[in-house]
Amino acid sequence: MSVTTFAAISIGSYELEMKVFEISPKTGIREIDRISHVIELGRDTYNKDKISFEMVDKLCSILYDFSYIMKGYKVKAYRACATSAIREAVNSKNVLDRVKVRTGLDIELLSNSEQRFISYKAFSMQDEIIEQAMNECTLLADIGSGSAQITLFNNGKLITTQNIRLGVLRVRELLARLAQNADKYRCILEEYIDNDLETFTKIFLEGYKVTNIVGTGENLSYIKLAGEDKKYVTKKEFASIYDQIIGKSEDEIAQQLDIPQTHASLVTPGLMLFARLFAFTDAKRLWMPDVKLGDGLAVDYAQKNRLIKLKHNFNDDILSATRQIAERYQCNVPHTKFVEKAALGIFDAMKKLHGLGERERLILQLAAIMHDSGKFVSLMYPSEAGYDIIMASEIIGISHEERETVAKIIKYNTRDFDYRQMNLTQSKLTAMLRLANALDRSHKQKMNDIKISLDGDELVIATSTYEDITLEYGLFKEKTELFEEIYGVRPVLRQRKGTR
Amino acid sequence: MNYSDSGNFINRELSWMEFNSRVLAEARDKSIPLFERLKFLSITSSNLDEFVMIRVASLNDMVNAGYNKKDIAGLTTKQQLELISKKEHEFVNLQYSTLNRSLIPLLEKNNLIFVKSYEDLDEKQNEFVDQYFMNEIYPVLTPMAVDSSRPFPLIRNKTLNLASLMRKKNGDKELEFATVQVPSVLPRIVEIPSSEKNKRMVILLEEIIEKNIQKLYLNYHVIATHPYRIMRNADFEIDEEEVADLLQEIQRQIKKRQWGEAIKLEVQDDMDKRLIKILKKNLNIADDDIYYINGPLDLTFLMKVYGLDGFDHLKHPKYTPQQLPELMDDADIFERIREHDILLHHPFDSFEHVVDFVRQAAKDDKVLAIKQTLYRVSGNSPIIASLAEAAERGKQVTVLVELKARFDEENNIIWAKKLEKAGCHVIYGLMGLKTHCKITLVVRREEDGIRRYVHLGTGNYNDSTAKLYTDLGLLTCANQIGEDATAVFNMISGYSEPIRWNKLALAPLWLRGRFMRLIDREIQNAKDGSQAHIMAKMNSLCDKEIIEKLYEASCAGVKIELIVRGICCLKPGIKGLSENITVRSIVGNFLEHARIFYFENGGNWEVYMASADWMPRNLDKRVEIMFPVEDEELKKKVLHVLEIQLADNEKAHIMQPDGSYEKIDRRGRKEVINAQEIFCEEAIRRNSEISKGRKTRTFTPRMGKE
Repeated sequence: MSVTTFAAISIGSYELEMKVFEISPKTGIREIDRISHVIELGRDTYNKDKISFEMVDKLCSILYDFSYIMKGYKVKAYRACATSAIREAVNSKNVLDRVKVRTGLDIELLSNSEQRFISYKAFSMQDEIIEQAMNECTLLADIGSGSAQITLFNNGKLITTQNIRLGVLRVRELLARLAQNADKYRCILEEYIDNDLETFTKIFLEGYKVTNIVGTGENLSYIKLAGEDKKYVTKKEFASIYDQIIGKSEDEIAQQLDIPQTHASLVTPGLMLFARLFAFTDAKRLWMPDVKLGDGLAVDYAQKNRLIKLKHNFNDDILSATRQIAERYQCNVPHTKFVEKAALGIFDAMKKLHGLGERERLILQLAAIMHDSGKFVSLMYPSEAGYDIIMASEIIGISHEERETVAKIIKYNTRDFDYRQMNLTQSKLTAMLRLANALDRSHKQKMNDIKISLDGDELVIATSTYEDITLEYGLFKEKTELFEEIYGVRPVLRQRKGTR
Repeated sequence: MNYSDSGNFINRELSWMEFNSRVLAEARDKSIPLFERLKFLSITSSNLDEFVMIRVASLNDMVNAGYNKKDIAGLTTKQQLELISKKEHEFVNLQYSTLNRSLIPLLEKNNLIFVKSYEDLDEKQNEFVDQYFMNEIYPVLTPMAVDSSRPFPLIRNKTLNLASLMRKKNGDKELEFATVQVPSVLPRIVEIPSSEKNKRMVILLEEIIEKNIQKLYLNYHVIATHPYRIMRNADFEIDEEEVADLLQEIQRQIKKRQWGEAIKLEVQDDMDKRLIKILKKNLNIADDDIYYINGPLDLTFLMKVYGLDGFDHLKHPKYTPQQLPELMDDADIFERIREHDILLHHPFDSFEHVVDFVRQAAKDDKVLAIKQTLYRVSGNSPIIASLAEAAERGKQVTVLVELKARFDEENNIIWAKKLEKAGCHVIYGLMGLKTHCKITLVVRREEDGIRRYVHLGTGNYNDSTAKLYTDLGLLTCANQIGEDATAVFNMISGYSEPIRWNKLALAPLWLRGRFMRLIDREIQNAKDGSQAHIMAKMNSLCDKEIIEKLYEASCAGVKIELIVRGICCLKPGIKGLSENITVRSIVGNFLEHARIFYFENGGNWEVYMASADWMPRNLDKRVEIMFPVEDEELKKKVLHVLEIQLADNEKAHIMQPDGSYEKIDRRGRKEVINAQEIFCEEAIRRNSEISKGRKTRTFTPRMGKE
């Protein structure tokens, strides 16, 4: 049978949701069931830093039901992911362990950047928006319970992405205590949101004229006030929705929108956030695709198992976002470009020996792009500064472990290597970056034509440049020691002037 | 215009009594075969019993609790009880005059003689009944005497009993009281050897016991013996929040139902005054609640008379529900549903197809799961058997068994336990809500993925009542309805509601609003000058908000034709209020049970069917489903059902502005239109045309393997 059944479970801050999908090359991804249960895990985490055992109990019994339903559909695979509510709880490991013991389900903790990237994958399936909005200047606001991810696209390219701690549940919990009445609540909320948004617009949006906002995440039920089945609302329509809802009590909102009260309490913070985004930008339209984490998990699964073909290349987004970060730290672009190319050349030539995959290639590429960033902070200690910059940057699409790998590769690119600090993959990748970097010691890109090939126990790097590469030659031996140690292959630099 | 004025409404209890009068009118209709008339009389009697046990009982409770709120028609609870009591006495008199003056004489003319009293028996018959008493009755009797050491016994609800007044043989002058229950395990009517040629004779069980009563009280002289019967308050309220195990609590309450407060006493009008006094005192019953009856108590025994062999010529010819052409000959029901949606109109179309739908699903290897709601199930239900089989075959079976279905609680507990044993996931209803919707979902894994088959109906999954109730059902595998059906079961399994519904509208959350919007749309259309028309068929109409909306629609010029079988609190045809509204009630051989809603929608008409009536309890306290019929052919079929019913001029009673009903005066018009008969004929004609076009049927012997 060419149809694969896949279940995606997302454990959010206030809702547990399982979606069951059918995936086939012919019909793409089709949702066949959606089961959700309100459970406010985030309330425990954001207020008490940990999840109480009663809550874990409830979580387990719902997840147990989910696994029963999965069996009913005879699903081929599942992926269960938890986001900020569990991630930020101090007892997250114990929670996951208890879930595993009681339900047999493996729960994966997603880092924010992974989570956002997966949501983004789901969103990218929305052809209409991609075509109509993404080729202009667009803000993608993925509003979660714990935080919001705001991503800027220009002409189809991902420019930057930032996580702002403005999740609807977090804001509600934080401000509910402060606000005495609805009017006051609104003022505090606005102040709170503006504080973060102002910084964001100053630093990241300068020079861009945002024309579209795309809202994803939870609690967008009010969109229907503008009319059923609308894909977007104009600024004016949004203003009218805003007037209809703002200042109303949870009860009234629940009734007006015909939604449960727990959801209703989250409407105002979300609505306010979009209102402020409109205020800070020149956006004319707000798009609201119905996209959840579960949809993204399905796309991710389908893509990895080659069940569907995607038009969009997600690695380009990761690279583009990373280049933007490198640019911000004023990395030397020609040098970076050279090192990137050389590193990938080495990686490809060494394929048989290193045994690494596409994903590691991407990590190496990211490290190459970012390797020069530390100098922005300190010329004395660029490796430490580079490490810190990476660790503090949100790179969409990669996990925290992967981000750490990038950071370590950069740190040990120039520093004395320390095996004890690295795992196998990290050291393998470091050796390759070091070699690539050594080829442009002078930062002058003398060897733009290099050809790299494996010849017995030698890795031959051939160039026909006329330039004087004495410096590179001189330091080559020292910089390539690690490479030899790790791969048992000696890199050799050969210059045949004018052979071409 | 103030639509909500109490003068614009009819009290629901009185309207219900009007309905029972319409049933009684059938029993009095000379054009109806005699035995059918007996059946209708029996139905009025069981209807009234239930009405007293539930409605009158709960009004009594309200009085006792000091509840003073006025009803929709502005009556206090006390006023209602007084009006009901007056009407009920009149009604009972009419029941018995029908029996005594029309039906019994007619039975005699048709050679079935009712021996009124054991004193009328001849010698041979005496011998027969005495022997019958000793062999069959005596062993199951439990006589109970009352004296200083033995208190007045608990008389069970709805049972028939014989009270005796007697004196000790040893000369003690004091009168004593004893009672014995007429056993419900024995047939109420006993056929005895006939003393006349070509005639058959029957006598009532209690007469035989009365004749032999002395044998029960050997040490006494029995002075007088008379039958009596009591009704108790059978309405129970369960505080679900407080109850840990609903199953156990309901079992406990069912037992208690036998011992609720006595609210009605029926005695024969010649009963000894001293006996009445004793009963009255011990049962604590008011004078108004005593019914003096001229004839046998509890007329439900007439149903047994109806069942006597050999009187087929005095009954309607039995109608055999017809198979649907597309589902004949062991058709693969899933394949047929994939071809197009299927509409079932029971009992004209056989309910067997629905049973078969579940049966095939249970046996089909491709089926992953079956989910169903059960409200009232028949004894030995084939659907339950199929569900159990499906679970045993490893399919996921989820069944919602509504434990709170009135008078079926006991039954449903048995089924629920049986299903659990078989491995089904059983949900015992929802907290604070009755699950009244009728929906079945079959999830099937096919070549191109999951496909969902859904049955939605207006009537219960009960193969017995489906032969007597008119209901509609839809079989479909439309994806949008499949998605909604999945969401329905997710919701009743305790998960969140879906983000949106594609096609279905559910009570208690969405259905009321949906109806209001649909009526509003007609109002708007009428105001805009386009055609506006509502046709609605249901069992009861007593929701104030909806009635007011209908008044508003009438005033806006919307044409409204209602077919309401039972209670109707709306007043039709009043100038300036409801002049565009007509209400008719069809009381026929089959019990009208379907709910259909038609909205003109400016020419782009829509048809819906539902499990819900326009009653507050349906719209606010129950899980109900309304579903659209969208296939053009099927829409026309449903419209046809409405049109024929609206044209009925034989079984239809037209509601008058004062709440009374009148039959249509057919004088001057030739054609008789009886909707139910027309549907029967149409189904038979459809199938005979099909079989004509076919080859003759032959049996195909199965050969052994070669």
